[in-house]
Amino acid sequence: MIKNDPLTRVLYIDLTKKRFWIEEREDLFSQFLGGTGAAIKLLQENCPPDCDLFSPENPIIFAIGPLNALFPIASKTVAMFKSPHTGNLGESHAGGRSAIAIRMAGFGAIVIKGRSEKPCYLSIHDDKVFFRDATTLWGLREGVSAGRLIRRKEPGSGLRTIMRIGPAGEKLISYACVTLETYRHFGRLGLGAVFGSKNLKAILVTGQRDLPVTDFKEYKSFYSEILKQLTKSEKMKKYHELGTPANVLPLSFSKGIPIKNLLTNELAGIENISGESFAEKHLGRRVACAHCPVACIHLAALRKPYKDEPYFYRTVYLSYDYELIYALGSMLGINDSVSVLRLIEEVEDMGLDAMSTGVILAWITEAYEKRLINKTHTNDITPEWGKADAYIEIIKNIIRGTNEFYQDMGKGVEFASEKYGGKDFALTYGKNEMPGYHTGYGAHLGYLFGARHSHLDSAGYAIDKEAMKKSLSENEITERIFTEEIWRQVISSLVICFFGREIYTPEMILKCLNLTGFNLDEKGLLTMGREIYANKYRFKIACGFNLENLTFPKRVFETPSSIGPLNEEFANKSIKLLKEKIKSLL
Amino acid sequence: MPILVKDSEKCVGCLICMFACNRTHQSAGLESSCIKVRSQGGISRGFTVFVCRGCQDPPCARACPEDALLVRKGGGILLNESKCNGCGYCVNACILDAIGWNSKTNKPVICIQCGECAKNCPYKVLELRAHDKE
Repeated sequence: MIKNDPLTRVLYIDLTKKRFWIEEREDLFSQFLGGTGAAIKLLQENCPPDCDLFSPENPIIFAIGPLNALFPIASKTVAMFKSPHTGNLGESHAGGRSAIAIRMAGFGAIVIKGRSEKPCYLSIHDDKVFFRDATTLWGLREGVSAGRLIRRKEPGSGLRTIMRIGPAGEKLISYACVTLETYRHFGRLGLGAVFGSKNLKAILVTGQRDLPVTDFKEYKSFYSEILKQLTKSEKMKKYHELGTPANVLPLSFSKGIPIKNLLTNELAGIENISGESFAEKHLGRRVACAHCPVACIHLAALRKPYKDEPYFYRTVYLSYDYELIYALGSMLGINDSVSVLRLIEEVEDMGLDAMSTGVILAWITEAYEKRLINKTHTNDITPEWGKADAYIEIIKNIIRGTNEFYQDMGKGVEFASEKYGGKDFALTYGKNEMPGYHTGYGAHLGYLFGARHSHLDSAGYAIDKEAMKKSLSENEITERIFTEEIWRQVISSLVICFFGREIYTPEMILKCLNLTGFNLDEKGLLTMGREIYANKYRFKIACGFNLENLTFPKRVFETPSSIGPLNEEFANKSIKLLKEKIKSLL
Repeated sequence: MPILVKDSEKCVGCLICMFACNRTHQSAGLESSCIKVRSQGGISRGFTVFVCRGCQDPPCARACPEDALLVRKGGGILLNESKCNGCGYCVNACILDAIGWNSKTNKPVICIQCGECAKNCPYKVLELRAHDKE
């Protein structure tokens, strides 16, 4: 590490006592780089595994890494906490300006503890932390957003990040998200509810500084080389042009996109919600995270007429991605883009995780069809595939917690299916709702065993893509998932966006690290990755996560995937193998 | 040869130009950049880039009480650091907000019209172009 690199400084904030202090933690960053590696250590240090999910003891940790603000597409921040959704490791990644802002403020990590007596927001300007009153922002529903009000009050325009929660976070919905820069999110596993439990409405971070490198001349030329690859390479094209929704049609063709709670793999009119269709009908603007030339954020311009006033319209800009089109589109049998966008708007306004919300709505629809629940539960709303209006009403009811059923729906599909039945079609993995890939064993194994039960833990869908061409054995699949998740610990400790992973090869990463004062080799990196992965699992298990008895939801075997029908025996053997591999780490 | 903002509607807010400017001023990071990129009241409305347009008769140079800013032929200015006392008048005089500030040296960061920002911009928002001959 370079001596005067501010990365090693950790900012601690105690919301109860309104105190803050900075600790020098070179040990942490030299041993684990930063990002996910540093965050899990800080979580282990600051979070009693048995603490109550909404108690002041549950900390919020943000960590960035040595490559942030030095190399392009190293644009992500890792958040860690004990998840109100799963009861164990909460980890979520987001871009926006967060990583650059934290680096420019001069920190490698931020640890927030305690609980504010009254609603507050934090304003972090370099070494100063201000505890601002947010009582007026709490419960704000219409008119003006908390983000806009904070923007007006605070300096740092252009470089600051503003992380904030919506009604879902305030109401402690277990899958509430944290939104930053309007369009990016710490989406999964309920960070928004942890904010809410701390009476923390928002966090603003800003700063501006220069950073040291070991050899400036070499840095300059290597930077240009990486930037060229990121902007010119064919590998980046898919994120660049249509964005992630480019996957809708190919995945629909291969039967990999889940439809109607995975009851079927056909949706008539799916081409209307394809990336091509969104681009043609709605694409209004493209934006980027700070320090990323790719600009994968696609904003749809949705023009909505006022019902009561002729010739009055409002145009809203909404960010759409593959996962949202899956969760709030195909999964609900919706095949028109305007309905998808209206649902996206509702989910954004409420501050919910889009993926979990979609899977919950799908479960409610099937449970209603199978008469496990009825109109007394739903307050006379009829959930029906393809009908966005009803889904919007259901979301509003969940947020308001209008009856016991809707309060339960605010706790996720696992909780819902345990109470009301319908476990066979409850698409959850380690209590987290399914991402949008029913591509084969790789995807499902990844969700089940990934430390954060995310499709991005090991990208099993990419392994399935290979298996579509040449079948892979249980051993081969599990080995790939295992090694991929280990390697991804390195990437998310630096913290590079996973979209840049094909450009940032081990060789490239080692050179970048060298310029930031880390002298490592590939073997050293992998050892680090293993240790970080192991630390995460140690924390999960300490929280009560049980590696035994993990299975795929039954529904998965009923609807053929991209590689054809899935076989239970194959799945069980793979589960056993992967379990052993993970145990060998501990 | 001033930098022109060709079309700020195309700006995606990636800040690659700011980082490029910083490297031109011999440092990694963002403090030595004289470019600013700001959202137009929320990201949904897009961005505006604030970059020195190399005025022929620059108000920043006129505002300097120490004559530390030399007007270059063809537009743009050069900073004579040994004369600069760090008063910051130049920053206030620039209506484009296109002068940066380095808090360590306590001196302004002035555009040297090198064109690195334009060269690095992935979306051709910026362009280095000679002053139009009238």
